[in-house]
Amino acid sequence: MKLTDTYFLTFAALLFTIGAVGLLVRRNVLVMFMCVELMLNAVNVTFVAFSKTLNDISGQAIVFFVLVVAAAEVAVGLAIIVAIFRRRRSGVTADDIDLLKG
Amino acid sequence: MIATQTPSIDWLAIAPVIALVGAALAVILVRAMIRHAPRVYEASIVVGFVGLTVAALFLARQWSEVRDSGSYLAISDMVAVDGFAVFVGTVVLIATGLVLLLSSKYLARRGIESRPEYVALLLLSAAGMLVMSTANDLIVVFVALETLSIPLYVLSAYDRRRSRSLEAGMKYFVLGAFASAVLLYGIALVYGATGTTSLLGSEGNVGIAQFLSQVTLLEEGTLIAGLMLLLVGLGFKIAAVPFHMWTPDVYEGSPTPVTAFMASATKAAGFAALLRILLTAFVDYRSDWRPAIWGLAVLTLVVGSVAALVQRDIKRMLAYSSISHAGYVLIGLEAGTRQGLEAALFYLLVYAFMTVGSFAVVSVVGRRDDRHLIEDYRALGRDRPALAALLAFFLLAQAGVPPTGGFIAKLGVFAAAADARSYALLLVGVVASVIAAFFYLRVIVVMYASEDVEEATEAPAAARARVDAPTAVVLAVCAAFTLWVGILPTVTLEFARHAHLVN
Repeated sequence: MKLTDTYFLTFAALLFTIGAVGLLVRRNVLVMFMCVELMLNAVNVTFVAFSKTLNDISGQAIVFFVLVVAAAEVAVGLAIIVAIFRRRRSGVTADDIDLLKG
Repeated sequence: MIATQTPSIDWLAIAPVIALVGAALAVILVRAMIRHAPRVYEASIVVGFVGLTVAALFLARQWSEVRDSGSYLAISDMVAVDGFAVFVGTVVLIATGLVLLLSSKYLARRGIESRPEYVALLLLSAAGMLVMSTANDLIVVFVALETLSIPLYVLSAYDRRRSRSLEAGMKYFVLGAFASAVLLYGIALVYGATGTTSLLGSEGNVGIAQFLSQVTLLEEGTLIAGLMLLLVGLGFKIAAVPFHMWTPDVYEGSPTPVTAFMASATKAAGFAALLRILLTAFVDYRSDWRPAIWGLAVLTLVVGSVAALVQRDIKRMLAYSSISHAGYVLIGLEAGTRQGLEAALFYLLVYAFMTVGSFAVVSVVGRRDDRHLIEDYRALGRDRPALAALLAFFLLAQAGVPPTGGFIAKLGVFAAAADARSYALLLVGVVASVIAAFFYLRVIVVMYASEDVEEATEAPAAARARVDAPTAVVLAVCAAFTLWVGILPTVTLEFARHAHLVN
């Protein structure tokens, strides 16, 4: 079996879907963060696969931008979780975050 | 030694961004070195204003450059220096300045720590918005989107002793991260279909615009899917229905000046990216994206206006009103013409003043637990006539009543829609603005018509409302501009008319 880029793209699309669905259905905030990471890394796979097909290096360079941004994003997200946890002293799930509605 | 060739950098193109980032870094550095100086927060606000002024001067320089010798691409086609970027940059800088003024006393009044980091985060977010307005590459759009979003996540959770604020930060973060991942996937697919991420290329560098006008794609699926994912990702940022779920919660929970910032500057920046992507890179695919924008605009107008009717919290009501305003800007975009672009830009500028003014009133009226129920505004017209009159004026302006700027702005987008023969959309827009008049008037009625309530029921919010000097300046500036644009719109319309996209 030869691995063509269709395999990579399909794999990335699946990964992205798992991340997106996970983000929407899981209640644990940390798992939701992991799902965001999954989505971003699925995009990275897509970029590298296209970069290979197009024989163009910029697709691989973009991956570095995405990695840096993902790291910054998670740092801020974890800080917000810690702040919520300090305030509530209980488990943080999406169901606990329910003050704002209307 | 290997001789490396460094790319030539046109510093003027990024000078406004450098000014803002420089001011933000100066604030952070000074804060790190001086631990316990008195009035360090006030000093950082002054530094912030210096940064904003320098950035504005550089924007003015860019403007005269563009007017003299035309717009151009700089830094390996990564950024575009054009009237469009200067216009959106102006909106962002004005909004940031007003919000800085609004924040100067707000934090202390609400018992929130007044830390210089607040100012630094605001400036960094504004820097991201400036990049967004000039971005001519999808990756720059992505990085700018994150640069503006990440400080905003922190800012909306800034009042970390209040669960509501933390909750707003959390919700904004989760949905914002989701939106940027979707946007990024869209970028990846567009890159896969076209082989480039430049929106507009120059000689030796084929951009998406050139590629699509020269090449007929055999299989358009990847490109269209990518374009739609881009729309979804940016739809979140501009709070278009059905990607608006986070807006009411985040607007309600965030500190009020931050809400004003999100409603004015963030919306302008999000629209800047959307307008530039659709009208430069995908201008040949207009027939593909126009129906999508049409649907977004109709949903946004209807849901925004109807949902605002039933809100009890004024910040939530203003959140839905800001959603419906996004719908009007989308009408201008849907036209897909120069006239539509001008109308959309003009709308964004006027809307920034109207919404910051409204939130400025909300930031001084409000109970100690920081709820903002509409019934708290009962008898505000009797107790604080000036404040009530200002809020009434801003709400009427948002409803589009002449002679305010809101009327001229709405007229502009409707005229653009009529010109582009989008009569159905025009009709939806008119109906939505009639519905919208109801919920704006409801607040005004609450403020004025309940004079007969027995004196015994104290008006909780009105009695405590104290207008500090910076907020008074914000109110005066917003009211004066909204009125001035309503009566003499020529100067501002001319500004929007010359805000061309690079081509």
